[in-house]
Amino acid sequence: MDLSLLVIQTLNGLQLGLLLFLVASGLTLVFGILDFVNLAHASLYMVGAFICATLTFALGNFLLAVLVALPITAAIGWAIERFVARPLYARDHLDHVLATFGLILVMETLAHMIWGPQGIAVPLPAWLNGQVALSETLVIPSFRLVIIGAGLAAAGGLFWLVNYTRLGMLIRAGASNRVMVGALGINIEMLFGLVFALGAALAGLAGMLVAPITEASIGMGNNVIITAFVVIIVGGIGSMKGAFIAALLIGLIDTLGRAFLDDLFKLFMSSAAAETSAPAISAMLIYIIMALVLAIRPQGLFPPKVR
Amino acid sequence: MTRRTLLTLVTMGLLAVLPPVFYLTGNPFYLDLATRLTILAIAAVSLNLILGYGGLVSFGHAAYLGLGAYAVGIPAHHWLYGGLEGIGLNTTSGLVQIPLAVAVCALFALVTGAICLRTKGVYFIMITMAFAQMVYYAIVSIEEYGGDDGLVIDSRSELPGISLDDPLQLFALSYVGLVVAMGLVRMIVNSRFGMVLQGAKGNNERVVMLGLNTYAFRLTAYVVSGAIAGFAGALLGNFTTFISPEMMDWTRSGELMFMVILGGATTSAGPVLGAAAFILLEEALSSLTVYWHLPFGLLLIAVVLFGKGGLVGLLSRREGGK
Repeated sequence: MDLSLLVIQTLNGLQLGLLLFLVASGLTLVFGILDFVNLAHASLYMVGAFICATLTFALGNFLLAVLVALPITAAIGWAIERFVARPLYARDHLDHVLATFGLILVMETLAHMIWGPQGIAVPLPAWLNGQVALSETLVIPSFRLVIIGAGLAAAGGLFWLVNYTRLGMLIRAGASNRVMVGALGINIEMLFGLVFALGAALAGLAGMLVAPITEASIGMGNNVIITAFVVIIVGGIGSMKGAFIAALLIGLIDTLGRAFLDDLFKLFMSSAAAETSAPAISAMLIYIIMALVLAIRPQGLFPPKVR
Repeated sequence: MTRRTLLTLVTMGLLAVLPPVFYLTGNPFYLDLATRLTILAIAAVSLNLILGYGGLVSFGHAAYLGLGAYAVGIPAHHWLYGGLEGIGLNTTSGLVQIPLAVAVCALFALVTGAICLRTKGVYFIMITMAFAQMVYYAIVSIEEYGGDDGLVIDSRSELPGISLDDPLQLFALSYVGLVVAMGLVRMIVNSRFGMVLQGAKGNNERVVMLGLNTYAFRLTAYVVSGAIAGFAGALLGNFTTFISPEMMDWTRSGELMFMVILGGATTSAGPVLGAAAFILLEEALSSLTVYWHLPFGLLLIAVVLFGKGGLVGLLSRREGGK
């Protein structure tokens, strides 16, 4: 393996990890504070991508489309909290899983009715569509750097919001003891709605960032949601720090595993055996890691202190 | 006789009589529908044992259906194209394939259950799903067995005395399988073992304090449930004669859970009624519109929000029948 390939794959892994963090952070916020399992979280990822695609064509500008699509996605998240999630808070996790599974079907069919069965490719402005040469042999698309930058910025913003603002203080307090927060006179329903909307906007942002690379399509959320759940479980459900570290870990392991596992296997087995087993193992790698983490630390790597 | 027992008998009676009548009156399509329904009902019954009575929300049950089906498909594949002669797995004999399906699933349940059951709550839900995804991706990446494209089963399982190529006999076998599975689950639930399982669902600490190792009880139930679902998978492979990793996608596991809840968890007839309602609704709605997932999803949400007790609860509520 050569060095430039390693650098490129590491950047790809970083990009995947940051996108996963955007989805997983909302998931872990909603679970940590609302104790609500939201399978339909990735539908917001899909919806974000579709709305962004439509707006890119309507407004003629990708960046502007993202800025307009973010509050729309947040509003959809708020509506879901109000009409589907809120009646379910008193129920058990099984009911959450089933109801949000139904919600996935509803959202995907609505997307199908509005945008049709075909995926929509999102064009990038020329200045984002170029390539950056890091060295003579190392050229990467500049949009990938944009994704990494946006992901880091969103993670930093979230860190600031949760740790240094009044809203963040309430969010942390709500995660520790929501009854007490309500008893102190905080409008807990409003807080829950805000948290849900924030999570929706973050998931939507991830969808919007991915749309120009893949395209906005109906099933795009289905694999992401599972991986995002792996992330928050490895990280410890409800922990923002855990979600961040686990997201990068899972992103890097998944990408590097797919790229280099066969080379690694060839060191100690025949190349034929390596070539058949490596794809299987690398596809399963993140689940194997999750199983290992749970077998050793059933609460994840960084469980929140008070639960 | 309580209303619930009556409901179980009526359900099973209708399921036994109607499909053959449809078939013999020239509507073979309805027999196919009933066979699919019956096979999925077996899986739902097995899921009900752990999800309903055990309170263990397994979100990876479709993996057992898939593993069971591949336990039929892979030996049949080698029977046609060679390979695996050394361990005798190049056969179309159902007497090898079906026990293989059950054994593989029981083993998978034992290994994964031992890890999953160390966790609880939402961690349990997600780790069961993660193991199902592992199987999914493992099958996807094995090119010899078709990978993503799936595997055609060229020859159904051969069993002494019956031919599974005859749709009526395949249905009969599935129906008998369903009755046996229901009887087995009922027997387990009413035994001392079942009492411990249900007690642990209600209050695990208290049962542990009574000196019972609930982990072992739960693991045993988990393995039994997986084995029954593996049997259902073997039947499903014989029914569809085409198997693909798609049949163990996590959304399939969600559908099985929905069947149990829709019909009514912790009841005998519930999973059967749930599977029947699910399949018939799916069929009816999808023939009306391509957007059938919309009413289907709304129905799912409505059942969770308002329909406590499922269909069994609805049909046996009057007179406060137990």
